[in-house]
Amino acid sequence: MSDMRQLLKLLGELDDQLVSCMRCGMCQAVCPIYGQTGREADVARGKIALLEGLAHELIKNPQGVQDKLTRCLLCGSCAANCPSGVKALDIFLKARTILTGYMGLPPIKKFIFRGLLTKPGLFNNLLGIASKFQGLFTSPANDVIGSSCSKILEPILGERHLMLLAKTSLHKDIPSLDTPAGKSGLKVAFFPGCLVDKIFPRVGHAVLKVLDHHGVGVFMPEGQACCGIPALSSGDRESYEKLVRANLAVFAGGKFDALVTPCATCTSTMKKIWPAMAGGMSASEQAAIRELSAKIMDVNAFVVDKLGLTPPAPAADAVSVTVHDPCHLKKSLGVAAQPRTVLSMNPHYKITEMPAADACCGCGGSFTLTHASISAKIGQQKRDNIKKSGAQVVAMGCPACMLQISDMLSRNGDSISVKHPMEIYADSL
Amino acid sequence: MSDALKKDFEALVGKANVMASESERFSYAYDAAVLDPVMPSLIVRPETREALGRVVKLANDNGLPLTVRGSGTNLSGGTIPKLGGLVVLTNALNKILEINEADLYAIVEPGVITAKFAAEVASRGLFYPPDPGSQAVSTIGGNVAENAGGLRGLKYGVTKDYVMGVDFFDVDGEIVKSGSRTVKCVTGLNLHGLMVGSEGTLGVFEKITLKLVPPPLAAKAMMAIFDDVNKASEAVAAIIAAKIVPATLEFMDNFTIRTVEDFAHAGLPVEAQALLLIEVDGHPGQVADEAEKVEAICKKMGAQRIQVAKDAEERNKVWEARRAALSALARVSPTTVLEDATVPRSKIPAMMHALGDIAAKYQLTIGTFGHAGDGNLHPTILTDRRNKDEWRRVEEAIDNIFDVALSLGGTLSGEHGIGIAKSKYMEKETNRATILFSRRLKKALDPKGILNPGKVIGE
Repeated sequence: MSDMRQLLKLLGELDDQLVSCMRCGMCQAVCPIYGQTGREADVARGKIALLEGLAHELIKNPQGVQDKLTRCLLCGSCAANCPSGVKALDIFLKARTILTGYMGLPPIKKFIFRGLLTKPGLFNNLLGIASKFQGLFTSPANDVIGSSCSKILEPILGERHLMLLAKTSLHKDIPSLDTPAGKSGLKVAFFPGCLVDKIFPRVGHAVLKVLDHHGVGVFMPEGQACCGIPALSSGDRESYEKLVRANLAVFAGGKFDALVTPCATCTSTMKKIWPAMAGGMSASEQAAIRELSAKIMDVNAFVVDKLGLTPPAPAADAVSVTVHDPCHLKKSLGVAAQPRTVLSMNPHYKITEMPAADACCGCGGSFTLTHASISAKIGQQKRDNIKKSGAQVVAMGCPACMLQISDMLSRNGDSISVKHPMEIYADSL
Repeated sequence: MSDALKKDFEALVGKANVMASESERFSYAYDAAVLDPVMPSLIVRPETREALGRVVKLANDNGLPLTVRGSGTNLSGGTIPKLGGLVVLTNALNKILEINEADLYAIVEPGVITAKFAAEVASRGLFYPPDPGSQAVSTIGGNVAENAGGLRGLKYGVTKDYVMGVDFFDVDGEIVKSGSRTVKCVTGLNLHGLMVGSEGTLGVFEKITLKLVPPPLAAKAMMAIFDDVNKASEAVAAIIAAKIVPATLEFMDNFTIRTVEDFAHAGLPVEAQALLLIEVDGHPGQVADEAEKVEAICKKMGAQRIQVAKDAEERNKVWEARRAALSALARVSPTTVLEDATVPRSKIPAMMHALGDIAAKYQLTIGTFGHAGDGNLHPTILTDRRNKDEWRRVEEAIDNIFDVALSLGGTLSGEHGIGIAKSKYMEKETNRATILFSRRLKKALDPKGILNPGKVIGE
């Protein structure tokens, strides 16, 4: 599509959603990016005004609007605090697909999404090979966190401190699982997500250990694909739908009580965005999405709400842990108490809350690469708050936040380790 | 705008603080008022007060219209720029310069966020009472320029009651000083009084001195339920007549009650015709005494039921219902027009009656809530501005609301300002001489008419 009239028509279809913004500007209080830049086009009200302006031909430059739309972490802080209930995330994702449809996907993204991500076999193999060679380009940066840095890759990655690909991914260790329900009488489907599979397989193993401990059967099929959010947030609806379909093919119709993931972003995408963005898919696919998304749960929420955990009192010499609330857990799904309960199951840890625990870490997926400086500024505030808590460990139910926070702590030379709540619980079993 | 002039602004505030692209300019073409956007030609964001002064001078030297903007939450179009004009952002000037606990004042830059300031003051054991609905994002500069009010207006007053001094730039970029750090000050003309509510038309604030007070030691909240709006407003009058001034005395009509209940499930009585949400504060002994009296008065005036909050959690519930009012109403329809015509509090029943008639006459949905204690009601019209026929009726209804408020001895705006939305009604409330006097004053201070032209007194 490169027809302006078609663009206007598609934007016009967003009009009912756009018009619900009453321009009160309350989103300025919570937007992490606006907090850094103080620029109206960075906050939800500004972006919505720009989309309305474009739709009504008050402004003429779609590229300018698209550039502003990409300055967004998709953290959902605005939507969660909007007095008039504007579904800002839905609007921004739809608008990104419309504008990308008009202007085309940049070649590098086309290659990554259409050439790699939508081909899970190839993607897995390639990263498997990369994990063997990455040591050649990187050197260890922080032992407590396990991060590395890279002089050679600095032009691409900046001063980032990386979490490297795991030597053995989760799916290499355990290609698939199908175990019956045990004493809990429950069976779950397990979707580890790309980051847990490839960078933090230890989180995946921890989840499986906890589920096994509680006698929960696990269905983990081969051929799982990415949840689709990286493609969708770049406006690539074609790749996104391909990924959703690939996942439907392996999960839909499966016999399980819940589909759990240890990744806040995957959970939020599959539970809320899949149904909201299913408009272009067939009726039977939409029905399958509705059925599946109803079963999707954050793994912390599952073990607390469905298995009923009673944490012991912390030991006298317990290590203090502080908890970061990922945006896609707390603001999107309302899950905040459960990760705290999960890690409290380990008596060797006690919780010390940090200020603004639910402030965004600044990652926002590829935002951290494309807008590295704003991302690092937001991340630095998070790091400062973690440091203020005085805790030795920071826990969070999202591997993307784990990457960003590991990077920030490592750059600051902090000896604070980064864990998923399920890891902490699994350690006690 | 010429490239040369743009470069001059870049030299003053730095290239990164000048925005000129179409998308950036359009994002400063509107505020929170339901009005058409107007495109500025340039946005500047000075990071120092000195740079702010130089920006004002450069704009004046070039006869460039200048609109100062804090967070753009204005409800009367006060921050909508002039076509092709300059927007000057104050949100980089956000330093609290001093909080003086001994002398009970604070000095702030204009871009300080109201709620952040109030929290910082509270952390020092002091109190800054003005609490406009937008306080989480609004700036002190904007509050002063609009003379912002809030829920606590009845007992604690509004922004003007806390402004001890304003230093501001005249159009030549020179600093004019007014007011003092002292409680008493009669030195010179009351220029800071002139700045309060001037909506950016007379000067550009450089820094503001604000009065602080000791916080109340205790508070008690209650909710009184009425089957008749008249009884509720008689209760309001009786409370004041009994020499009790509650910190907040808020009203919600039946439509608002039902909408809030649908949205928040707060357990509100949906059959009630009116709710009063009342909070008394002060010394614990006084609070207990006044709460008892208020309860008795409400009963005597025919309240069906009174719920007194027993603890902080119940108190919070009472105010959650009030805070949800605008959110709940805003979700009903695409466009929300929030008015603030204000009447003497004894005229609230007459105003409520008239609002009912207006809603019926123009076939509109109007929910009314607001500050019953000070007569500042917020009739909120729920509509869709895309529906041309309905929008015409909305505009007629607004005209009608103002006529009624004025006929009852009230005023066009209690706290939202005149801006461009209400400037055409100004003469109705005042007279020709008032408009001309104001225009002569502006002409003398701003000969080229660069300071937020078109606002308050027209052009």
